Formats: sequence, C-alpha cells, structure tokens
Amino acid sequence: MKYIDEYRNGRLARDIARQIASTADPGRSYHLMEFCGGHTHVISRYGLEDLLPDNVRMVHGPGCPVCVLPIGRIGAAIALAMRSDITLCTYGDLMRVRDKNGWSLLKAKAAGADVRMVYSTLDALKIAEAEPQREVVLFAIGFETTTPPTALALKTAIAKGLGNFSIFCNHVVTPAAIHSILESPDVRKLGTIKIDGFVGPAHVSAVIGTKAYEFFAEEFRKPVVVAGFEPLDVLQAVLMLVRQINDGRHVVENQYIRAVTRLGNVKAQEEIANFFELRESFEWRGLGELPLSGLRLRPRYAAYDAEKRYSMVTFKAEDNQACECGSILRGAKKPADCKLFATVCTPDTPMGSCMVSSEGACAAHWTYGRFRTKARQSNAGRAIA
Amino acid sequence: MNIMVEAYRQKLDVANGRVDLSHGAGGRAMGQLIEGIFHKAFDNIWLRAGNDQSAFTVPGGRMVMSTDGYVVSPLFFPGGNIGSLAAHGTINDIAMAAARPLYLSASFIIEEGFPLADLERIAESMGLASREAGVPIITGDTKVVERGKADGVFISTSAVGIVPDGLDLSVDAARPGDAVILSGSIGDHGIAVMSKRENLEFDAAVVSDSAALHGLVAEMVEAGSRHIRLMRDPTRGGLAATLNEIASQSKVGFHIDEEAIPVKREVAAACELLGLDPLNVANEGKLVAVAAPEGAKAILAAMRGHPLGREAALIGHVVADDDCFVEMSTSFGGSRIIDWLSGEQLPRIC
Repeated sequence: MKYIDEYRNGRLARDIARQIASTADPGRSYHLMEFCGGHTHVISRYGLEDLLPDNVRMVHGPGCPVCVLPIGRIGAAIALAMRSDITLCTYGDLMRVRDKNGWSLLKAKAAGADVRMVYSTLDALKIAEAEPQREVVLFAIGFETTTPPTALALKTAIAKGLGNFSIFCNHVVTPAAIHSILESPDVRKLGTIKIDGFVGPAHVSAVIGTKAYEFFAEEFRKPVVVAGFEPLDVLQAVLMLVRQINDGRHVVENQYIRAVTRLGNVKAQEEIANFFELRESFEWRGLGELPLSGLRLRPRYAAYDAEKRYSMVTFKAEDNQACECGSILRGAKKPADCKLFATVCTPDTPMGSCMVSSEGACAAHWTYGRFRTKARQSNAGRAIA
Repeated sequence: MNIMVEAYRQKLDVANGRVDLSHGAGGRAMGQLIEGIFHKAFDNIWLRAGNDQSAFTVPGGRMVMSTDGYVVSPLFFPGGNIGSLAAHGTINDIAMAAARPLYLSASFIIEEGFPLADLERIAESMGLASREAGVPIITGDTKVVERGKADGVFISTSAVGIVPDGLDLSVDAARPGDAVILSGSIGDHGIAVMSKRENLEFDAAVVSDSAALHGLVAEMVEAGSRHIRLMRDPTRGGLAATLNEIASQSKVGFHIDEEAIPVKREVAAACELLGLDPLNVANEGKLVAVAAPEGAKAILAAMRGHPLGREAALIGHVVADDDCFVEMSTSFGGSRIIDWLSGEQLPRIC
C-alpha cells in the first residue's frame, strides 16, 4: 500500500532503533508517555518495545475514548436504548462495554433494544431519514478527532430538518486530560510517577494543532513530540524526545508534518465551537471528575441534545475497588501490576476501563504483549536460582 | 375448484415469483418448488428416486460426518453465494480429517417473500459446487417461515466422508517442533463479504476464496500422509482463532513469522481502511496443516503443485508452551501475541 508500507519498513525501523540506542544516555532513564490509545495499540501490535533499549520505556496514557467513558453514561445509554421508540446508533467498540449491572449494549440488543452499529455519524443520519417513525440517537464519543464528524451530522440534520435525530454527546478534550496527569500529586509534587516527555496524539493534533501543547511544554518543562500512527512515526518521535531530553530542551516538536500544523484545522475547530461548548466538569473513567474536559451541545441546539430531549439520568458508578485503571491511566502502574489483570479481568470480561477497548493499555498488553511479562518472570526466576 | 387446480399446475414463475407459505406447506406447491428448483439444480439418481432418505453403499473403514449452518449476509458476494458456500464449507469440514467426502445433505429455511429467481441462483451455484467437487447432494428438506422470521434464506448442510486407512488426524496432535503450513492468502472471504455489506459498500477487487479443499488434501495425503498431524480450515475468527484453537487443544504454543503469511494487497488495504487485522478475517478456501518437520517439505511441494495451494507457505512452528501463546515475529522486527478475537469482528460471514 503506497504511503503506508513506507512507514512500516522493518529495515528503517532497525536503523532508527539503533540511533535511539546510541543517543540514549545509559546513565539515565527515559519515561515517555504516549497519550493516545492509537499509539498504545501500534506500540503493542508491532512489538515496538522490543526495539527500544531497556532505559527507554513507554508509559501508556489515558487517550482511549471508549476506556475513559464512565460506566454511568453507558448505563444511561442502555436505559435509553431500551425504550421502544428509540434507535440507538453506536460505534462498534462501545457495544461490549458493561455498566455497573454487567449490562452492555450488546446484551440490550439481544433483549430487544434497537441498537445499530454504525461506521460513521452519517450512517446514523441515513437511518433517521429512512425511518422517520423512529427516534434516532447517535451515541457520540471521542476526542477532538471524532467531534467534527458529530458536528457535521448535527449541521446536516438541522439543514434537512430531521426532527427525529439527536445526539448523546460524550465528547472530551485532550488538553484537559494531559493537564490533569501533569497536575496530579504523583507527578508534580511526589515525583512517584516519572514522565520525561510526551508522544502527542496524531489525529487529535491534526484538528487542534501543535499549539495546544505549547503551554504544557513550557509550564511543566516536558517535551512533546506529536507523532503519526504508523510504527516508524512512533520510533522517530521517541528519538526526537530522547534528543530533547538529552539537550535539556522542552518544546513542542512535530514529527507528523504530513498531517499536522501548528494551528491545526481551523475550519474543524470553528465547527466544533459552533455546535458545542465546554461542560464545567466531566467524569473520566479511572481519572474522576476533570474540570472543563467534556463537551455538550450548545443550548440553542437543545432539541438535538438527547440528554435534554429524553431527560437522561446518569448515575455515578464506581469500578471494582481492586481495579488499578486510575493508576494505569496516569502512568503510575503497569497492567501486570493489577491483581485483576488476566485473572478475572480479560477482554472478554473487562472489569476496568483499560481492558474495555483494544486501545486500552491493559487490553493491548493482554492481546499482544503478555508473553513479555512471562519472559520477565522466568528470567527473574532464573536469576534467583 | 377447477380453476384452483389449474392455478396450482401453473409453471413455477421463477423470473418474477416469490416464495410463499404454501411452498413450505407440504402440498403441491412445495413439490413444485422442490422439483422446479432444487432437483433441477442438484439432479442425481438419488434425488430422482424421490425418497425421504437416500441409501448408499459404504466401503469399509472409518467414516467422518459433519454439519454446518450458513447464514451469511449478504447472500450474494463476489466469488460466490450462500449456496456454493454451503457446499464448500461442509465438504471442507470433512476434508480436514484428510477424508474423502462422499455425500451431502441440504436443508433450506426460506423467508416468505424470497424471490424465486434468487433461490434458483443459489441452488444452481450449490449444484455446480457439488458437481465440481464430485460430492452429490442426495437428500434435503425445505421449510418456509413467515416474513421477518428469517433473513432471506438459511442453509444447513451435512456431509459424510471416508478416511484413508491409517490416518487419524486430531486437533490435539500438534507437537513441539512441528511445522505450520498455510495453503494461501488470508482474509479474502471476509473482505469480499464486507465489501458488499449494506452501509459499508466499497469497491475492492477481492473475490471470496470459497472452494472445496479435498482435492488439495488428497495431494497432501499422497505426499506425506504419515507426517500430517492435523488440518483446520481457518473460517470464522480467521487464522488467529484457528492457531489458538490448535494451541489450546494440543497444549502447545506457536512461533509464527508475519512476513511468511500471504495477504493480498487489496485485502491488506481494505483491512487498513476498516481497522481489521487480516489474521482475524474469515477464509473459506484455505487450510492450515501441522506436520512433522521431516515431512513438511514434501507436503508443501505437493500443495504448491495444486491450484488451491500455489501460494502455500511455511509460516512457523510449534513450540512447547504451558500458556499456549501464539507468538508472532512482526515484519517490523518486534514480537507480539496473536490472540483470539473478543466478541464479533464481522457478524455473519458464513
């Protein structure tokens, strides 16, 4: 595949890996957080950790939209879907996420709810147009990448006068989450979590631009390198971060120049601002309430806001107490540190947010990387023996 | 009264007609449907005898029997339809025991309102698939259910076959050191079906690989029967599910080399677009064989000499592993696990 294979070239990867190994100072360690679940997935799927020297470690961040969606809102969506007049349109990843009672949209569908898997927001609009007798609700989630398509769906629905279409908005914003991690006592005061730099999101940055990270780089003195989603992109970003750290620099650099600019996609930003506004606070699964971190429809579009239109009620629901997702999302712990991991918590029976989607740190480790834990354990065993 | 009788005797209007409840009611209309569509498409001496069952003589030895249901959506896809799939799929289940398939049965559940022309097309493809494979459909059943109680047509087929003397393949027979052979490119069927699915239609030059594999298997048996430990066709869940099934049943692990697995460019591109992994995508004309290392070369050569095994490749080997991990060296130079898929990646691909 033209323009894809070039970024997956094993020979080039080994070249960059050698450069990373020779650039990294053996006298120190480098803890780099990839914020975005897309990067977590790529790192695990291509086995990138095998290509990095031992003192360069990746810390998986909270950038998986399915993972951070609080279960109370899943419960609210399920309750809505159970109404006989409602057709709930959702992305496939959300179907298996369980609420506090162990229910999921998949189970609700089996029990008679009209839940339809869509691939784009416009599919939901088509359903609303084709079936005017149904109340069609789009279960909208995601970071800044998926917000513009939701805005487009809303804009189109208004233009077409689709009175039977509405949006259950769960969109969140990236900078608020990074801020919360950097502001957490673990990172800022106690220093128990070591984060030396960030691999910045790819598609999110295409929308918001690299400018959005300049504040963090400056305020928290952490380098940020925005990287594409191909494995070579990630390796190159790691090399750029290692160089910045060695030089004592902390600026925002852009590895993903083929898609990302400093200002981002201004048109998309305007569309987001036209239709959405920041909530005072929004709950993130595993991280808790974060101020100014979520979006809702502007009041003038209340008729299209499913939360208002159907007076939806969201209950707070806690994850299992032994679940370490909060610590894992902030980079304080690794999946294998959690007692639930690979025992009761697997992708088939996810207990916490990080196991819910393939982009979550625990699911990625389970699906692609758990043999590494075993290798480490047996090596440790050998060392003791 | 007379008029009604005349109406019943009217020729089946295949071009414009639709299946109605009378076609499943056991009366003349049903007889007409079976005669006009199924017997015509499957024609053989057993069906012509018109019995509720068919008798056949069996040679001595071990027999195998298998059954499978087909609910693919859409019913027609590039490279086949539910009819050819229902013949190939069950023949392959028999072939994976290294057996020679002998006879098929076919049961149809048809939704009221289903166009007769579509039913005829399906039956004709099924008849052709069975004739080409040399495995006649010798008994069958037809039911019609009310509109909304089925999705067009569902087919269930069973088959019997006979295993050559001395062969006893089983999914728990893989041993550390064994070679893993794949007969060709993966993901073709799943992507061909996906490319025609409602809401998802995309132009892909991908054709389903749906095919009967017993001819290929016969060549493999000829070349190295005593070395073949087991065979599986990686249908639902793709190669990933098949390797994991073998690993857990045989209580072994695998080391797989990603670069050795053939994936067509179009399939790789479509997977990229849809966010799928070709390892999880269904196949209907491929097999995975685990063979003793000393026999692998001869088996591979025999496969490559057959049209359905031209791209056959040695993709890895079996290792001792209590955790039954299927580990893969990525073409990127790292390594990772190939896991089962959680939940459904592609509903109803077979």
